Amino acid sequence: MPHKDLLDIASLDRAEINHLLDQSVPFKELFTRSVKKVPALKGKSVLMLFYEPSTRTHSSFEVAAKRLSADVTNFDVAQSSITKGESVRETIETLQAMRTDYVIVRHKASGLPGTIARLTKASVINAGDGAHAHPTQALLDAFTLKEKFPDPTGKKVLIVGDVLHSRVARSTSTVLKKIGVEVGYLGPGSLVPRVGPENIRRFTDYKQAMAWSPDVVYLLRVQMERQDVQFFPSLREYHKLYGITDQRLEEIRDRGLYIMHPGPVNRGVELCDAVMDYERSLINDQVENGIAVRMAVLYWLKPGAGSHDLQIPPSL
Amino acid sequence: MQPRTLNAEDIAAGVERLAKAIREKTDGKPLALVGIRSRGDEVAERVLNLLSGDDRELSFGVLDISLYRDDFEHLHENPAIKESEIPFPVEGAHIILVDDVLFTGRTIRAALDALSDYGRPGKIELAVLIDRGHREMPIQPDYVGIPLDTRRLDHVLVSLEGTDGMDEVRIVEKESP
Repeated sequence: MPHKDLLDIASLDRAEINHLLDQSVPFKELFTRSVKKVPALKGKSVLMLFYEPSTRTHSSFEVAAKRLSADVTNFDVAQSSITKGESVRETIETLQAMRTDYVIVRHKASGLPGTIARLTKASVINAGDGAHAHPTQALLDAFTLKEKFPDPTGKKVLIVGDVLHSRVARSTSTVLKKIGVEVGYLGPGSLVPRVGPENIRRFTDYKQAMAWSPDVVYLLRVQMERQDVQFFPSLREYHKLYGITDQRLEEIRDRGLYIMHPGPVNRGVELCDAVMDYERSLINDQVENGIAVRMAVLYWLKPGAGSHDLQIPPSL
Repeated sequence: MQPRTLNAEDIAAGVERLAKAIREKTDGKPLALVGIRSRGDEVAERVLNLLSGDDRELSFGVLDISLYRDDFEHLHENPAIKESEIPFPVEGAHIILVDDVLFTGRTIRAALDALSDYGRPGKIELAVLIDRGHREMPIQPDYVGIPLDTRRLDHVLVSLEGTDGMDEVRIVEKESP
């Protein structure tokens, strides 16, 4: 069954996830050619609807769409009338009138991409909504892991940081569990959810977490611009307790563990400078793989699939 | 009505005809055979095997043209894509594109586009195991293994050992209404 939208990982089954991960391989292979572009989405239009600032995800989607030969229009919040009080309803009517085929949405409100998806025939891809989901980040993380562990069953990934407020933690742990990876959380007690998905190990102490023998340490970004910082005393304290210090990097190197991070990195907070040169850091792989995975997603979704006549409720 | 069929011997003879014609026309110069997925790659591999005894430089590649198709709008689901493998420099190369069946010519149109995104070949020729006619584009083969007389609506179903477990071609006629 073709999907119209990609809103979260939960709505994909294991076979669909594996299909998307497999399909990302030939897209990545295109990057080595002299011409990196293919005509698959020639004549299609992609609208980037970013209500929240983002450099990496935004440019990754833009590159992915352009390498598929789609036309990309940016509806950046700072330059658009969204700041002048245009409602979501008006925005949707505008994109219908523009006959947009794909809409990439980022918004601070959980569920907003889903609302837009119900109101338009265009394919909607959630590029991060509140603390809810970030499905393409999850897929690129799974793809990056599978490049190192072709059969990831039983491998262990330790996710470190503010798990509670992180859509990356939520989506990535969901996808990892669906492909058979064991997930552990490490963070301050106040930032690691007590309830939530089953079979996830919870740690508040770095040493205990290491005793669990993870294969990958996945550091979440400390969201300086959000309120999370208040949940722990100071950034220095955070680095000391949960960051990858020079000393911890030595241990990680000795054990041969991989390090991942969704970017952008706060150096000296989640990790020390030396991690950037660590031979098993997958942070740059994640960036490159993000483009391939997003190409696979754009190619896989079918605008208009399963949609009936749409009615926009006046309340929006 | 029983469908017409070609057996493994017919197919082997077709492949030999291709290899012989290519050998005669290209005169020992360096060549690259590029098969179009799926089954074109297997035909190309068989031709390559027959030519491998010759004293010449031979390269081999595989092309997946899914991303270059012109019929996305008509498909219920986009085709699964596989990797293309072009492990030789395309720039200036003499390439022979190989496919199992030549019909409308649209696949070859897509393959030419795909190939040109790897570089600028010196020359591209076309070899097909079966030419069944009914072109919709100005594309003609340079080498044909088996010319086949078909009607526009017939289905030509090719099975090859490596892909399908056996060598066989079936021509299924569309039943008249």
